[in-house]
Amino acid sequence: MDKAVQVSMSVNSEAVNRTVEPRQSLADFIRNELELTGTHVGCEHGVCGACTVRLDGQIVRGCLTLAVQADGCTVETIEGLTESGEIADLQNAFVTRNAAQCGFCTPGMLLTAAELLAADPGASREEIRKHISGNYCRCTGYQAVVDAIESTARNRLGEAS
Amino acid sequence: MKPAPFAYEKPGTMAELFGLLAEHGADAAILAGGQSLMATMNMRLSAPEILVDINGLKELSGISVSEDKLSIGALTRHCDVASSEDVAARVPLIHLAMPYVAHAAIRNRGTFGGSVALADPASEIPACMVCLDGEIEITGAMGVRCVPATTYFKGLYETDLQEGEIVTAVHVPVLGDGERHAFDEITRRHGDYAMAGLAASASVSGTTLLNVRLAYFGVAGTPVLAIKAGAALEGTINDSCISAAQNALDSDLDPFDDIGCSAATKLHLAKVLLDRVVRRLVAVQ
Repeated sequence: MDKAVQVSMSVNSEAVNRTVEPRQSLADFIRNELELTGTHVGCEHGVCGACTVRLDGQIVRGCLTLAVQADGCTVETIEGLTESGEIADLQNAFVTRNAAQCGFCTPGMLLTAAELLAADPGASREEIRKHISGNYCRCTGYQAVVDAIESTARNRLGEAS
Repeated sequence: MKPAPFAYEKPGTMAELFGLLAEHGADAAILAGGQSLMATMNMRLSAPEILVDINGLKELSGISVSEDKLSIGALTRHCDVASSEDVAARVPLIHLAMPYVAHAAIRNRGTFGGSVALADPASEIPACMVCLDGEIEITGAMGVRCVPATTYFKGLYETDLQEGEIVTAVHVPVLGDGERHAFDEITRRHGDYAMAGLAASASVSGTTLLNVRLAYFGVAGTPVLAIKAGAALEGTINDSCISAAQNALDSDLDPFDDIGCSAATKLHLAKVLLDRVVRRLVAVQ
């Protein structure tokens, strides 16, 4: 029982090979094995969204996905997105709008918002609120977060036209 | 919290899957999207000895349409059902319900069949299956059987699924001529479990309804077809028949108190939903 499993995956464009316990979540793997601590672990049952990471290009709950399930997959964390500059405009907007206070929800919030911005930069405030509904923030009251996402979306639309 | 230790297997074929299920029996749990299973394991509400990961069985994914029915493979992710043009055009009820299924990150992993297999009483998909009079395709080592959704959901997290079997697909009738669907639910936060929800279908001609099917969820251990309220809505829709149908819910539904709200609140919300959803069915489109 609980036999360790060999996994290999790409994390932030780097090849990773490790032996993991089946019960280790992807979020714990990223934090404890890879020491990428930008991914946060909050509720550990899929409610708060702090552990949001990208798996094969889609956002997922790092606490509800096992590390073994990421075998052969591409994983991206907040460190990877920051380094690539993909969401630099969104991160600047979070700073400008004071959308990060304690910062615990921020990495998950940024990954979640990034997915919406890529799919639909024309999203309304209501659509933004629905899309981030799975990410708890206990500081901002969300207004500043929605402001930051909305202003980034409008800027991207402006640049595209 | 962290889950108790468990072993992990990822079968590459259905034969391997049934072999593992036969070998481990009730000690095994099937891992599809894992969006409910992992949460219950993290909270130590369940502790299977082995997880059998079916994500390698690609034949369980996909959406297909024939002349009169639409089929959704059990492993099809919620996000893929939500973006399917076939689902939107042929079975609008499911398309309308999908944005309410949890949150974006969970819809990227969670599966349609997993939702049917788990049978959470506050889940949207079981109610849609009952409303549509769909069928659940169940496969075991001995073969395939199809069970009507109306008899498949038996009680709180209890279904017709037997040990060694797996939900492999669902089949639902496509939208008929003049048929319309409507859906709504009430939650504290968008995407959370419904305090009460309603999936509805009817044949619509102007402001007249026929064959009204109202499937409520979040108000009992299983989806509930509100038969008397549905009957009260057959005919021309006006304020008085909506009011009569709302009163009929007093005998159709027998909600329970849960952590979110009282039984009385659930019954009230069910009546609010009836009004909203019925008016949508007859709204000029």
